[in-house]
Amino acid sequence: MFPTPIAKKSRGYQRTYQAVLPIALVLWLLPLIAVAMFSIKPAADFANGNYWGWPSSFEGFTNYGKVFLESNMPRYLMNSMFITIPTVLGAIILSSMAGFALGIYKFKGNLFIFFMFIAGNFVPFQILMVPVRDLTINMGMYDSIQGLVLFHVAFQTGFCTLFMRNFIRALPFPLIEAARVEGVAEWRIFFYVVLPLMKPALAALAMLIFTFIWNDYFWAVVLTQGPSAQPVTAGITEFNSQFRAAYHLMSAGSIVAALPPVAMFFLMQKHFIAGLTLGAVK
Amino acid sequence: MSSLTPTSRSWYKRNEIALTPWLFLLPAMLFFAVYVIVPIGQSFWISFHQWDGLGEKTYIGTANYERLLGIGDQNIDRKFETSFWNNLKWLALYLLAVPAGLFIALFLNQTVRGIRLYKSLFFFPFVISQVVVGLVFSWFYLPREGLLNAILGLVGAGPVNILGDPTLATYGIIAAGLWPQTAYCMILYLTGLNAVDPEQVEAARLDGAKGYKMLWYIILPQLKPATFIAFVVTIIGALRSFDLISVMTNGGPFGSTRVLSFYMFEESLSEFGFRMGYGSAIAVVLFFIMLGFIGYFLYAMWRDEKGAR
Repeated sequence: MFPTPIAKKSRGYQRTYQAVLPIALVLWLLPLIAVAMFSIKPAADFANGNYWGWPSSFEGFTNYGKVFLESNMPRYLMNSMFITIPTVLGAIILSSMAGFALGIYKFKGNLFIFFMFIAGNFVPFQILMVPVRDLTINMGMYDSIQGLVLFHVAFQTGFCTLFMRNFIRALPFPLIEAARVEGVAEWRIFFYVVLPLMKPALAALAMLIFTFIWNDYFWAVVLTQGPSAQPVTAGITEFNSQFRAAYHLMSAGSIVAALPPVAMFFLMQKHFIAGLTLGAVK
Repeated sequence: MSSLTPTSRSWYKRNEIALTPWLFLLPAMLFFAVYVIVPIGQSFWISFHQWDGLGEKTYIGTANYERLLGIGDQNIDRKFETSFWNNLKWLALYLLAVPAGLFIALFLNQTVRGIRLYKSLFFFPFVISQVVVGLVFSWFYLPREGLLNAILGLVGAGPVNILGDPTLATYGIIAAGLWPQTAYCMILYLTGLNAVDPEQVEAARLDGAKGYKMLWYIILPQLKPATFIAFVVTIIGALRSFDLISVMTNGGPFGSTRVLSFYMFEESLSEFGFRMGYGSAIAVVLFFIMLGFIGYFLYAMWRDEKGAR
C-alpha cells in the first residue's frame, strides 16, 4: 500500500493525521457549508449584516417551506424527474443492445462503429446545438420534455455504449459459445445469458446517467423555455430572479435542486464509483 | 428477395450470426446518427451561410470565417480572440485538477476509522450540478456578504470583488470549476491506488525506495490508466466549460470571461437576433480544437485495443 499505512507510523503522526482529516474536510466543503448556513438563516440576519455570525433564529423550515410552496420549484423538480428517468431507461436499453452487438460479434466495421460512438461522445455540444434545436422545432417538440429526452437518449448512448461494450467484452466468452452449441437463438443469448450478467453494469450506468442528465444545463436552456418543461437546473435562474438578493431563499433553493443526485450517490455509492472509474484500473 | 420467401426463416437462421449484430445496433445507430453525426455535418454547412434561424439561409461562402479570424482587410473578431485565450487559460489551469486529485487521493489512501465517509464527502462536489457549484461560488465571492472576503478580512486583506474584476473573473470561475474536477480525479486515483500491486511496493521498499522516489518510479507507472482517464475528462471538461460562466458572470464583466462555447451560444441565440451562421462557424473552430484531442484519445484507445487482441 502506498503511502505507508498510518498504522506503521509513530503515535504522534497518527494523532496528527486524525486531527488534520476533519479540518481538511471542512476547508474542502467550506463554500457548501456556507450555503447550508445561509439557507437556515432568517431574512433579518442579512438586513442586519449578520452574514457569518450564528443565525439569530433557526428558520430552516420557513425557508425550505417557501421554496416548496411559494415558487415553481416543485414543478421544476417534477420536470427534472420526467426528463431524467425516461432518458436513463432509453439510453440503457439502446446501449446494452449496441454494446452486445459490438462486444460479442466479429464483423467488418465493428471497431469503426465503436469508435464513432466514442468520438461522438467527446464532441463539443455547440457543434450540435443549431441543427438539434432546428430538428426539435421542426418535430414540434421545442419546449417539451419529449424533445429533451430524445436528444439526451441519443447523446448518452455514445458514452453508454462505450461502457457496455467494454463490460460485455470482459465477460467469459465460452459462456456464449456454450449457449450457441446448445442451439440457443442469438437474441435469447442476449436476454438469458448476457443481460443477467450485466446487472452491476446496468446499475452503475443508471446512476451515472441519472446524475449527468439531472445536472444538465446547456441543453435545458437550448431546447426549453418556461416552467412547463424546464428542469430544475434551468429553472433555478428564474427562481433566483423571483427572490433576488434573498440569499437565505436562494441558498435553500439551490440545495433542493442539488439534492436528488446527492441522495442517489450516497444510497448507491458503490455502483456510482464503479461506473465512474471503469477503465481507471487495468 | 421474393424467391427466398418460402425459405426466409431458414435464410435468417443461416445468416443469424451475421445479421444479429446489425439488428441490435440499429436503434442506437439511428438515434446517434440523427442527433449527433448528421448535426455535425449540418453545422459545417450552416457555417457557410448567413441565417437568423427562421427565414432562408443565404450562402456567403467563407465570409463568417474571414470575419471571425480577421482574414483580408478586417480585424480579428475581438470577442473571439478573448474567448480563445480564455479557453487556453481554462485548459492550462484546469489540468491542475489532475495533480491536485492525486494529492488528495494520496492523503486519503489510509485505513483509519471513518475513512470511507471522508472519501465520499471529499468526492461530494462532483455530484452537484455545475449550476449549483456556480451559484455557491458566486455567493462565496460576494464582496460584502461572501465568506471569502470575511476570511480575508480576518487576516487584514482588503475586500476583493473577484467576479467584478475583468482581470480576475476568469480565474475565479476556473477555481470554481477545479473544485468538482479535482474530486473526480481524486476518485479515479483512489481506485487506481487500490489496484497498485502490493508486492511491487514491498519489493521496492526493501530496495530502499520511499517517498517521492517510490511515487515517481513505482506508483505512478501503475497509475497510468487512471492518469489517462483523468487527462481525458479534464481536457474535455475544460473545453466544454459553459454552465459556470453562464451562471457566475454571463460572460462579463465587459465580456472578459467568455470562452468559445459561451460565445457561440451568445451569437446564435442572442437577444439582438439569432446569428446561427456565425455561431456555427465558432462551433466549427471549437470542434477542430477538440478534434486534435479526440484524435489522440482515440489513437491511444485503438493502440490498447490492438494490444488486447
